[in-house]
Amino acid sequence: MKKCISFGLLLVLVMSLVMFASCAKRPPEPEDYPPDEQPMDIRTGERAEIEAELERQRRIAEQELEGFRDLTPEEEAARVEKEMDRMAFLESTVYFAFDNSSLTTEAREILLRQARWLKKNGDVTVIVEGHCDNRGTEEYNLALGSRRAQSVKDFLVNAGVEPSRIVTISYGEERPAVQGDNEKAWSKNRRAEFRLR
Amino acid sequence: MNSRITLFHPVFLLSLFMVFVYSGKAFADYDYINISDPFHRKVPLAVTVPASLSDDAETGLLAEQTADILGRALAFTGYFNLIDDRAFLEAPGEQGITAREVNFGNWRDIGAHLLITGGIRLEGRVLQMEFRLFDPFRQELVFGKRYTGDTSDLRRMVLRFSDEMIYRMTGDWGVFNTQIAFVSETENGKAVFVSDFDGENVRRITAPDDIVLTPAWCPESRRIAYTSYAADKPDIYIWSVDSGKNEVFADFEGLNITPAWKPDGSGLAATLSFEGDEEIYLLTPEGDVDKRLTNSWGVDVSPGFSPDGKKMAFVSGRAGSPQIYIMNLDTMRTRRLTFEGRYNTQPEWSPRGDQIAYSSMRDGQSDIFVINVDGSGLRQLTQDSGRNESPSWSPDGNLIVFSSTREGESSIYVMTAMGGEQRKLIDKPGNQSLPDWSPVTGQ
Repeated sequence: MKKCISFGLLLVLVMSLVMFASCAKRPPEPEDYPPDEQPMDIRTGERAEIEAELERQRRIAEQELEGFRDLTPEEEAARVEKEMDRMAFLESTVYFAFDNSSLTTEAREILLRQARWLKKNGDVTVIVEGHCDNRGTEEYNLALGSRRAQSVKDFLVNAGVEPSRIVTISYGEERPAVQGDNEKAWSKNRRAEFRLR
Repeated sequence: MNSRITLFHPVFLLSLFMVFVYSGKAFADYDYINISDPFHRKVPLAVTVPASLSDDAETGLLAEQTADILGRALAFTGYFNLIDDRAFLEAPGEQGITAREVNFGNWRDIGAHLLITGGIRLEGRVLQMEFRLFDPFRQELVFGKRYTGDTSDLRRMVLRFSDEMIYRMTGDWGVFNTQIAFVSETENGKAVFVSDFDGENVRRITAPDDIVLTPAWCPESRRIAYTSYAADKPDIYIWSVDSGKNEVFADFEGLNITPAWKPDGSGLAATLSFEGDEEIYLLTPEGDVDKRLTNSWGVDVSPGFSPDGKKMAFVSGRAGSPQIYIMNLDTMRTRRLTFEGRYNTQPEWSPRGDQIAYSSMRDGQSDIFVINVDGSGLRQLTQDSGRNESPSWSPDGNLIVFSSTREGESSIYVMTAMGGEQRKLIDKPGNQSLPDWSPVTGQ
């Protein structure tokens, strides 16, 4: 399911790039517009500047398009796979039991994959967010969220990721993934999430 | 006791003069209120509308307002039972307010153990008020006071008399000069707010942010430490009454949460995680680490000092579930205080130092409990009323402010320290939580 979404997202991304490129071939030329269709906020004194900016953007778009065309099918496939790996990394969430910060077997499997990706992408710094369900008190949940994020960090460090590349932050019960006062919602909210710095 | 602070207190700066009208007997002679007795009966009290001593319509309005503020303030304490004014047999405001003019029999007949009469004189913007407290059964004046100030000081003058009265009745200053800090949702996020003791005069003191938590008054009640994610991480800030500014106090890597001031103002304790574990540290007034106080793997959070500063209560997950512990700061020895329940947090030391209030979660509901510092005398103050959390004692130890979801959204409530008279304190849209009662009493 998640992979489908990722692939769909990627398709949209590729499509929009192609569209952007085709637009870039025919940059808008303000002179072509009849005077009354001129964009309202362009004042004559700034026109030269705006034209220069448009020209610069056109060149960048063309360069990107060239780079895109240069890829061989193999490179293209690698690029897609890399992007999918990155998304899989960001979409992975580790879940916890109530009032608990220890890692389940499932969590460890996920974190091994996370560690592999981090080692493959050595230039990346990651933020691990610790979250709690809304039961219990705010102060303790802030600390518990921190403990959960620390558990994840400790595991990744033991798996060979440099500690300096992992920053932890706790949101306690303040940012639930799902609203609700039932075990289904709570179990989705007791979690650690990943984002890139 | 707080002479330095008193000098700078706004009440003092108002150049509000106070004169003894009469001096009655020392309060020790009287035994109206014994606050350490959990079954103390409320004292029946008659609050009458003060006499208008200047002849204009505004004085009459101010007199009505005065009786209203005085009655509410005294009833707020939970010590008194206000007698309905429809039962009054005479109106001292019209017939005379002095011992010679009051007919004590009329007040004994309706069961008034105490009677307050007053007078108001208005000259331009200058307001002069006098109050007399009588004991109709002894047929004598307990004490009387006269206050002079600007008309805008009316509430403050009434509350000063109320404070004085509580001091004479109980031997401790009342709460009328105190404030309550709390967190409230706003349209743009959460912020720290402050109100008077009775929920009046609500004002916002910090900029709204995504996450704002645990305001904590300093011992002189001139600053508030709190946690905010203003810099996208939990850091501790301090707001000052005098400067009106909010400044960063502690922004170590990781957590900077649950600040608690040492009672002598010589520093703060807080939970930090920069060493990889959530531990409680003692910080200098400048925000540097003085020393680490806890040393156990897992969560240690929510420190709170005993009034003498020799002990610290805190929450630890070291036994597998959050429980309250007490550390002796001289010996650094720690003992567990709570054994009933699997989730006990938010300890708050009573001003007399003999009890700790906290919140306990059972079957998904949180309730306020009080326990003696030696672990005896556990009692439950709230029940069957949603989530009741974050207790904080009034500085006279007579009341406890807390948050409750009993009406849906979380709001700020107050009750007596015995759990009586639970009532909503602040009526404001959005969720309110984490109240903290300012520690300074007196005038």
